[in-house]
Amino acid sequence: MKESTTKNQKVSPLKPGTKAPSFTLKTTPDQHVSLRDFLGRPVVLCFYPADWSPVCSDQLGLYAQLMSEFRKFDAELLGVSVDGVWSHLAFSKDRNLNFPLLSDFDPKGAISRTYGVFAERNGESARALFVIDPKGIIRWSYLSPDGVNPGADGILSALENLKSHD
Amino acid sequence: MIITPQNYQPPRLTLPVAEWDHVEGPSNARMVLVEYGDYQCPYCGAAYPIVKKVQKELGTRLRFVFRNFPITTSHPQAEWAAETAEAAAVQGRFWEMHDFLYENQASLSDHGFFANYARKLKLDVKRLEQEVAQHVHLGRVREDFMGGVKSGVNGTPTFFIGGARYDGYPGLGPLIAALETAEKG
Repeated sequence: MKESTTKNQKVSPLKPGTKAPSFTLKTTPDQHVSLRDFLGRPVVLCFYPADWSPVCSDQLGLYAQLMSEFRKFDAELLGVSVDGVWSHLAFSKDRNLNFPLLSDFDPKGAISRTYGVFAERNGESARALFVIDPKGIIRWSYLSPDGVNPGADGILSALENLKSHD
Repeated sequence: MIITPQNYQPPRLTLPVAEWDHVEGPSNARMVLVEYGDYQCPYCGAAYPIVKKVQKELGTRLRFVFRNFPITTSHPQAEWAAETAEAAAVQGRFWEMHDFLYENQASLSDHGFFANYARKLKLDVKRLEQEVAQHVHLGRVREDFMGGVKSGVNGTPTFFIGGARYDGYPGLGPLIAALETAEKG
């Protein structure tokens, strides 16, 4: 436990009220996704350490199952890790993921850094979540302790809050 | 919100154990273990005999509750299995079917195999198969699932002990220790 505390010390996700930093990242070898593509809709940004986590029903698999719930809020879900696009493609196919995985690969972790969620010690993105409103403002952020899958309850309440403050 | 191991609080069960839950153990038991499970998930399959041992060890001190959490994007038979157990429940045989599904995870795609077992249990197999085909119990399974999501279920199996999500390793010793700690409050 001690080690993970040190590891996460410099990780400090951008706070609610901050403008979400823009980005354009590869999602397949020849396709890019930009945050501005989703202006006018809520975006759930899910940073995670690595493709191929060793559990079958992992965080991203759960989110794939919950796409219809996210869609009720017209929300888009984007996964981000430092893995390359080829890994993303294979991982996505293997787990039947139905949302884009973005590759924060070159320069490594650059976008994770702008969101304050790059873990220098292990060179991966931390497990962090952001809910961004249709105007591009971060409305909720959450950093999960190492090794704890945060589930989806926080995302769903944040989306519900967004909707009720419309 | 910045979470550290020091201030981290696991999420809590939002739906209290209620009448329509599948429950083993006395209602006044002070230890309550709730599992959100998927019949096709290998980790749930691995946890199944461990839960049995926990139940054996703690006897009437423990109440065990099972709720459905089929992750169908990874497990194509999970929804069918969950609805089959629910259809057996309507005929009073939930736990028999629940156990049989976990004990025969490798055969989940052979639906006839489970129909034969239902016959052995003297269930009305035609009714069971019809209810599953018409997704009569889909709503129930979905309610379990969404209740779980809102309580912070993050994969399967997810356990709740004393109403809080158990983030530890689901081994016999750790589960019993966590149940005993929760009992002392």
